Amino acid sequence: MEPVKDISGRAAPAPLPAGNRKKRAGQLVFHITTAGLAIILLYPVIWLIASSFKESASIFATSHSLIPDPLILSNYTEGWKGIAGQPFITFIKNSLIIVGLSTAGAVLSSAFIAYGFARIPFKGKAFWFSCMMVTMMLPHEVLMIPQYIIFAKLDWLNSFKPIVVPQFFGHAFFIFLMIQFIRTIPVELDEAAKIDGCSRLGIFFRIILPLIAPALATSAIFSFYWKWEELINPLLYLNKPELYPVSLALKLFLDTETASNWGAMFAMSVVSLVPVILVFFVFQKSIVQGISMSGLK
Amino acid sequence: MAGYAFISPFIIGFLCFTVIPMGASLFLSFTSYDLFTPPKWVGFDNYKAMLTDDEKYWGSLKVTFYYVLAGVPLRLAFALFIAVILNRAEKGVGIYRTLFYLPSIIGGSVAVAIMWRNVFGNDGVINGLLFFLGFDKKIFWYQDPTSALWTLILLSVWQFGSSMLIFLAGLKNIPPMYQEAASVDGANRFQRFFLITLPLLSPIIFFNLVMQTISAFMTFTPAYIISKGEGGPLDGTLLYSLYLFQRAFNFFQMGYASAMAWVMLILIGLVTFILFKTSSLWVHYESKEG
Repeated sequence: MEPVKDISGRAAPAPLPAGNRKKRAGQLVFHITTAGLAIILLYPVIWLIASSFKESASIFATSHSLIPDPLILSNYTEGWKGIAGQPFITFIKNSLIIVGLSTAGAVLSSAFIAYGFARIPFKGKAFWFSCMMVTMMLPHEVLMIPQYIIFAKLDWLNSFKPIVVPQFFGHAFFIFLMIQFIRTIPVELDEAAKIDGCSRLGIFFRIILPLIAPALATSAIFSFYWKWEELINPLLYLNKPELYPVSLALKLFLDTETASNWGAMFAMSVVSLVPVILVFFVFQKSIVQGISMSGLK
Repeated sequence: MAGYAFISPFIIGFLCFTVIPMGASLFLSFTSYDLFTPPKWVGFDNYKAMLTDDEKYWGSLKVTFYYVLAGVPLRLAFALFIAVILNRAEKGVGIYRTLFYLPSIIGGSVAVAIMWRNVFGNDGVINGLLFFLGFDKKIFWYQDPTSALWTLILLSVWQFGSSMLIFLAGLKNIPPMYQEAASVDGANRFQRFFLITLPLLSPIIFFNLVMQTISAFMTFTPAYIISKGEGGPLDGTLLYSLYLFQRAFNFFQMGYASAMAWVMLILIGLVTFILFKTSSLWVHYESKEG
């Protein structure tokens, strides 16, 4: 956790006891309000987790309580058996394939493109740069229908290709973030390498890429989130349950919702959030930095 | 030429996945096309039908504007409020920041949409707690179109964390001497916030407002999951992109849906333009020589 600077920047030399007490009281009010707010905000998530350990029949009868009584694990074993003839592990495997390929493609291609924009002067750069910024603001809906038609004509339906392949052509948000990062690296480093006989490709792989590792990590983390949670593209392109990622499998649980499978649906919802929350707590520093630096998301 | 070599993936992708599809979409919007028989040119018929003969269309437009106009300002105001509270030196600030940001990370997922559906359900958390506190009246969130839409708005406000982080970063860039000088001159906390913090932060607020407005216009997943793809009750949660999706992929009216997409694009462009125009009234850019 990075230290937060006090507004005044320094502590008062020798606070009087009265002032001290006032400061204590202020601290107490701060902690009570913020902690209270945090509990209210996260209550639904805690409730979801608690409910996943309750019997399906009692989830809504005891919706005011966070304590499962009796505490059972059968929702997890039941949900893990899967849905539509597929074990849940299949959905996780599909999600991991989509996320892995998309992330590798998006991060690498974005780094390449960012280097071109940040370091190499060429004609028409401003034009292409503004094209890139525009794609960041373009509504997906405008592209969704023709893209669907194109991928259908290519016979790519019911494969991961329509979801994964476009990621290999750079992602505007990541490119922007990496450009910001590359600009903080002194150009003298590139020039020194050039004098030593390093080619552009060599400079990119040996100097730039290692130095922008934090931006690569941030991009990879965001790509992981977006692709793990993505619903609309899998919904459009995948119609066979054996190809479903976790997000679509959860939708399937919801579609076939009955009073007896609430528990399993809740349990698998929790399972789907575990990797996201885990990645978040492990990498929160680079996430916070990425957002603060680019001012985006 | 080396520059082009490096950015060539972008150019190829831009042409294949943006320019060509946009051209195709514009063409399709003037046709009747069901994916199976070749597109038939119909001129402006789709646009005319949409604007003059489709009550559901106007309904979805109204719902979407309600969602954007209520959701985005609430979310930004909340984000700013929390950012100001957290902008202090205190043990635990980092932990609070992390906890408040968590909903932004998980908020777009199907799991959270399912959770939200059940939190506001007839026997969900809200009604459960109300009953526990002694109220025996339930609120049926999903039986009334407006309250159903408000559950979506609340879900979007709940994800205030990423804006909060950006505001926090902005607040830390405001030199403390401004606040100190104002204090010395006798400005109270509120005056300092409205006369110093807010103007200095306004470029960041503006940028967030634009980006969040654009993405709010395109919200799909929560409406789709919470209403099970229907947009009900009484089309109360039929956001624009959900209606477009229904037209395209439930009824296979690709031409009509493409026309809808283009109107959406023009609307978003217009709203962004208006935001930029009004920005000179309230966005404060510090002069470089200052």
